[in-house]
Amino acid sequence: MVAGTLEELQKEAIEEILKVYPEKARSNREKHLGVDSPEGVKGACDKTKSNKQTVPGVMSQRGCAYAGSKGVVWGPVKDMIHISHGPIGCGQYSRAGRRNYYVGLTGVDTFVTMNFSTDFSEKDIVFGGDKKLKQALEEIDVLFPLNNGISIQSECPIGLIGDDIHAVAKKHKADSSKPTIAVSCEGFRGVSQSLGHHIANDMIRDEVMPDASARKDFESTPYDVAIIGDYNIGGDAWSSRILLEEMGLRVIAQWSGDATYKELAIAPKAKLNLLHCYRSMNYISRHMEQEFGIPWIEYNFFGPSKTTESLRKIAACFDDTIKAKTEAVIEKYTKMTDAVIEKYKPRLEGKKVMLYVGGLRPRHVIGAYEDLGMEIVGTGYEFGHGDDYKRTKEEISKSTLIYDDVNEYELEQFVKILKPDLVASGVKEKYVFQKMGLPFRQMHSWDYSGPYHGYDAFAIFAKDMDLALNSPVWSHTKAPWTKTEIGA
Amino acid sequence: MQDIENIVNGQKLFLKPEYQEVLKNKKEFEGNMGSVNPAKAEEISEWTKSWDYREKNLAREAITVNPAKACQPLGAIMAGLGFEDTMPYVHGSHGCVAYFRSYFTRHFKEPTPCVSDSMSESAAVFGGLSNMKDGLRNCNAMYKPKMIAVSTTCMAEVIGDDLNAFVIGAKEDAEGELDNTVITHAHTPSFVGSHITGYDNMMKSILEQLSPERSEKVLNEERINIIPGFEPYLGSLAEIKEIAKLFGDKIVMIGDHEEQWNTGAGEYKLYAGGTTLDNAKTAINAKATISLQKYSTVQTAKTIKVKWKQDYAACNPIGLGGTDEFIMKLSELTGKDVPEELNVQRAQLVDAMQDSYPYMHGKKFAIYGDPDFLLGLVSFIVEMGGIPTHVLCHNAPKKGWEDDMQKIIDKSPWASECQIWPGKDLWHLRSLLFTEPVDFLIGNVYGKELYRDTGIPLIRIGFPIFDRHHLHRYSISGYKGALNLLTWITNAILDQLDEETKEIGKTDFFFDCVR
Repeated sequence: MVAGTLEELQKEAIEEILKVYPEKARSNREKHLGVDSPEGVKGACDKTKSNKQTVPGVMSQRGCAYAGSKGVVWGPVKDMIHISHGPIGCGQYSRAGRRNYYVGLTGVDTFVTMNFSTDFSEKDIVFGGDKKLKQALEEIDVLFPLNNGISIQSECPIGLIGDDIHAVAKKHKADSSKPTIAVSCEGFRGVSQSLGHHIANDMIRDEVMPDASARKDFESTPYDVAIIGDYNIGGDAWSSRILLEEMGLRVIAQWSGDATYKELAIAPKAKLNLLHCYRSMNYISRHMEQEFGIPWIEYNFFGPSKTTESLRKIAACFDDTIKAKTEAVIEKYTKMTDAVIEKYKPRLEGKKVMLYVGGLRPRHVIGAYEDLGMEIVGTGYEFGHGDDYKRTKEEISKSTLIYDDVNEYELEQFVKILKPDLVASGVKEKYVFQKMGLPFRQMHSWDYSGPYHGYDAFAIFAKDMDLALNSPVWSHTKAPWTKTEIGA
Repeated sequence: MQDIENIVNGQKLFLKPEYQEVLKNKKEFEGNMGSVNPAKAEEISEWTKSWDYREKNLAREAITVNPAKACQPLGAIMAGLGFEDTMPYVHGSHGCVAYFRSYFTRHFKEPTPCVSDSMSESAAVFGGLSNMKDGLRNCNAMYKPKMIAVSTTCMAEVIGDDLNAFVIGAKEDAEGELDNTVITHAHTPSFVGSHITGYDNMMKSILEQLSPERSEKVLNEERINIIPGFEPYLGSLAEIKEIAKLFGDKIVMIGDHEEQWNTGAGEYKLYAGGTTLDNAKTAINAKATISLQKYSTVQTAKTIKVKWKQDYAACNPIGLGGTDEFIMKLSELTGKDVPEELNVQRAQLVDAMQDSYPYMHGKKFAIYGDPDFLLGLVSFIVEMGGIPTHVLCHNAPKKGWEDDMQKIIDKSPWASECQIWPGKDLWHLRSLLFTEPVDFLIGNVYGKELYRDTGIPLIRIGFPIFDRHHLHRYSISGYKGALNLLTWITNAILDQLDEETKEIGKTDFFFDCVR
């Protein structure tokens, strides 16, 4: 297929899909859909509207500010207890689903997969929940004495009933002398989980960064770096960390997958902040730059091409010893990843992929697929901003459909028209496409596999994509006596 | 580094020595107790297993730890999906809906349709009417439902949105687009009750809003309704319908979500199965309604009994006795003898129970879950001679449930050893399992951490189950469902027996090939 026809098909698909909407919704949605290619300017990556209110009444895949704060940024901090403050549901639905790996004695000195809730009743709504919150904080300190702090993650009602959780937190912090951090991340704030990331970052800025106690006796080296914006999904940060250490760097903090409170507090001692998920932690990186003078760079550890490029970019910030070691690291692993490519590329080459995820992945994983000879024909962000789309332009290598906050209807139609070989998105979408007979990989949870960051992880990624695309199960859909085409 | 001939994922990758080294080195920066003082962590770990800790834990009033319940809209969505071509619509923030859909999808391994009207700050200030006006129109245009079942999140409830007025307003403003779509609505505040309350509120609202006035009721002597309740076992729905069919074709399941979460490969269908709206509208005409979950249909029962003046019965066809009662109720209401097929099924079940009884007999169980599920499961354990040592119901209804449970437990010769724990959570249960241990734990996926901490094997029966596949496809209701329960529990006991006796040359004299 030549690029022109692909582009035409993509444009037709958009036109076709917009027909279903009533006028008001159509004029909204058409600004979020477009086509772009590596050449030229002012394509969809520049023009797509993003970070806007979701059209009401559709099946959006977006989450909320609470999900961004509790679920993404704070939740993985392992030695703190994160209270879901409000009714019972939010904490339950977000319990232990994100695969933020960590090491610890859960329930004793680490708490990530547990669910702490103030379980609001009508009485708490009517009379306020501050008293209950105060008591909850005290009970936690009795039953979980090894917690190194508590965060209070607000659910929708908190900001609506006039509670002052920040005052309760302040009082408890004074009484217990442990960090107690109230986060006003009510789900109705903003348009997606994105504002929750920002609010969570702001609370780290205001409540953790000023705490110099952990930094007092810290012995620095010239090679100290911090990993920022890696949630250690399936162990991603560990398979990243090993490379940085082999380069000769010292990773002093891991934000926030498998992180401790101390790791948050000592990060300002880093010489360089390494930012993986730009979307969810650029705010605090900028703050550390302004406040502590720590430079930050973005990197991408998906697939060997991007990993190698990133390692060199990081090494360039350090001396020649590091640069030399980095080249040795690259050489050591490239033999293995070349063998991975040799093994899997013939089985995956030319396969078309449509992506729909969040954070950094709609652009960051493109390179990993391309290392395997696969092509991205569509990508989009659940909660991206303009700067994410601009960065996407640099990653695409052919005409690509760009869709922002795409809903289930649109994605289903796009897939039906563009007929990719693989869809890579989330659990809510997974079974829709599998029922259509399409291989699918969850790219939020790595479909219960992973890690996917770093060289070792690329071998897993390649194996998983091969497993999805070349499984015999997809060939069984049509019964031998059926004449009509499946999915037609 | 990865061995290209044997690529391993995180499970084994991180066990390689180079990664163990990375994890060890990381501890230097952590400062949490395990890395700075493993002895102290161990000391506290032991203390959490003590009677002292148990007492402090049970005294907890304000913080819930590891709950065994969810919130109202989740149940409302299940109720809505029990009707044909129905789109559940949540009036509130879309974050909630992302959670509900993920939760059901992780359990059923199936898509879960549901929309929201994406209320945000402006809606918090001005109310959500404009969201609803746009939302209902967009939903209707895109998903072409016959019915939209509107429930609410806590946000909409706190700001006091009036659903009835909003739906009327939205219809008036829709330029006719919503004229042919049925819109039902229920208030489902998350800070009241649990997911079963939401099921109840939505079911009651759908039935009330679809049915005509009582004056227009036309009694249909043959018609019987069955409401399944918040039933995560799709096989149970199928089996109940099969049983009902044996008594006649005028027995209708109201809220039949079986097919919605059980569609085949080949094409994606947004809607599948469900009670027809015609059947829902004529539910009022039935001679009687049987609810299979008394405590998931408390308000719905009031509508049926008080507003409809209809015969109402609650049965719980889980286990032998519960199924017997259900069958007898159907026989009584239809005036028909129990069909021979059910006699055969019953005899086969009892035969199987008599084949396997030595293994469940005298075994101690801890079990947790929803109120009606527990009434059924505990009666089955008692029927088998098992001991329901701890029965924990986080969302136990205040009225009646504990008495109902006590009556079941009283049938056991070990009744005095059994304890009922209404309103308690799974961190409470953790203490109980350490201080008053049991042989087996029965419950949902969240029991996994209790298994890890206590070593007590978890038998996965309940909702949600995210980490085992396809169990929801089976029945736990009726005689065949009881046979499934018997199979799962007995074989879990036998697996554990093998586990305990497998050590060669030490314990494997008892590692028998015949059990």
